[in-house]
Amino acid sequence: MQVGVLALQGAFREHREAFDALGVSTTEVRTPDDLGGVDALIIPGGESTTILKLLETSALAAPLKERLNDAMPTFGTCAGLILLARVVVDGRADQVPLNAIDLTVRRNAYGTQLASFEVPLTIEGMDGAPFPGVFIRAPVVEAVGEHVEVLAEHSGRPVLVRQGRIWASTFHPELSGDLRVHERFLDEVMR
Amino acid sequence: MPDASKAPTTQTTGTARVKRGLAEMLRGGVIMDVVNAEQAKVAEDAGAVAVMALERVPADIRRDGGVARMSDPAMIEGIREAVTIPVMAKCRIGHFAEAQVLEALAVDYIDESEVLTPADEAHHVDKFAFTVPFVCGATNLGEALRRISEGAALIRSKGEPGTGNIVEAVRHLRSILGDIRKLTVADDAERYAWAKELRAPVDLVREVAEQGELPVPLFCAGGIATPADAALVMQLGAQSVFVGSGIFKSSDPSAMAKAVVEATTHFADPMIVAKVSRGLGAAMRGEEIAGLDVKLADRGW
Repeated sequence: MQVGVLALQGAFREHREAFDALGVSTTEVRTPDDLGGVDALIIPGGESTTILKLLETSALAAPLKERLNDAMPTFGTCAGLILLARVVVDGRADQVPLNAIDLTVRRNAYGTQLASFEVPLTIEGMDGAPFPGVFIRAPVVEAVGEHVEVLAEHSGRPVLVRQGRIWASTFHPELSGDLRVHERFLDEVMR
Repeated sequence: MPDASKAPTTQTTGTARVKRGLAEMLRGGVIMDVVNAEQAKVAEDAGAVAVMALERVPADIRRDGGVARMSDPAMIEGIREAVTIPVMAKCRIGHFAEAQVLEALAVDYIDESEVLTPADEAHHVDKFAFTVPFVCGATNLGEALRRISEGAALIRSKGEPGTGNIVEAVRHLRSILGDIRKLTVADDAERYAWAKELRAPVDLVREVAEQGELPVPLFCAGGIATPADAALVMQLGAQSVFVGSGIFKSSDPSAMAKAVVEATTHFADPMIVAKVSRGLGAAMRGEEIAGLDVKLADRGW
């Protein structure tokens, strides 16, 4: 399976390093051709407004929607979660998400960078030490649809969710140095 | 790879990881100088990853002369209300009270900037004392490491702000990245000599030698005026670009802003850089470095 990392803007390098450490090679996705060559996609953290614009100008928005409809395994972190959501609250008026996972999400819900934080997380089905959660100008998931499974919560809000083969987190596993979330995503979508 | 064992055991703000983490989220993006809410909107609409709120762009600071200070809090707040992307603001070198005000305003990043008139001729701000992260300028590796040793979470080249002339930013990037390349092949004894020569802590010198890069992201600032300028510095090894006067001193700021954003993402694809460079109107006029009265890049110690 070829894993692609959307590399229009944001922390794509850190995701690639995490997969490298797991012995899985990745490619950077910037064009429709790049997208055509991958079997799974990571949408990294970054600025969701910027990435949405670049999806349009790079002619990636339509083919990406198609691939998401065809259930391509996809993992969105932070801005990636905002992009994959069904409804975005407090975004820009022209911010129309990809509607690939049934979430209502509020952008920058914790406040400015001063409120960015680290906190240990308990993830369902994950043994061992708590997972180091890194939240940077993070969004908050305000509602999830009936088909969405919540794998981790913080302060009563979902922070790691999946719906079929679409995964999303409000935190940044790629900044944590802990590979267990990436590993589990791979294990489960490759089954 | 970051070290997972260093994660805190209770909820913690202001850690090195969240400070550097925001810089990592800005990678491959464009941070634009804006002087009012209307310009901030243009920047966000064009796809900027953040805006730098200031009263005058560097080209005007250069033209007007006088002492350049932190911007009016009301003006920074007006810009914050206009956009959803991160807002940065500048304090004077060493002016920790201005930095405290900016932190109280909850800006997302503070730029301790040579564009403003320095407040201290020997000391930079102790950036570890703040929860908000700092970006600082550097002209060479030693300066970059000194700023990191004071707590900077992001380094940018200084370039020569307000000139629309890329030559100084190229010089600074080549100096920083060239010395990093040389340092990676230095042996243990030579690393001490490097630390002395760079006037930088030996632990940081070792870290750079082993990792082959700075411990924080490196962005480019100072003189970017066209999409090709952005593609140039990205190919040289910058991870994002700050564009100061280059957007709003051009004849069509909205078109220029969009084009620089696309060129920064697709920096390695000349066909795309060519496509977005067409019909942008006039770039900012620009200045020859030799004709300048004041070189802002000389500020900082």
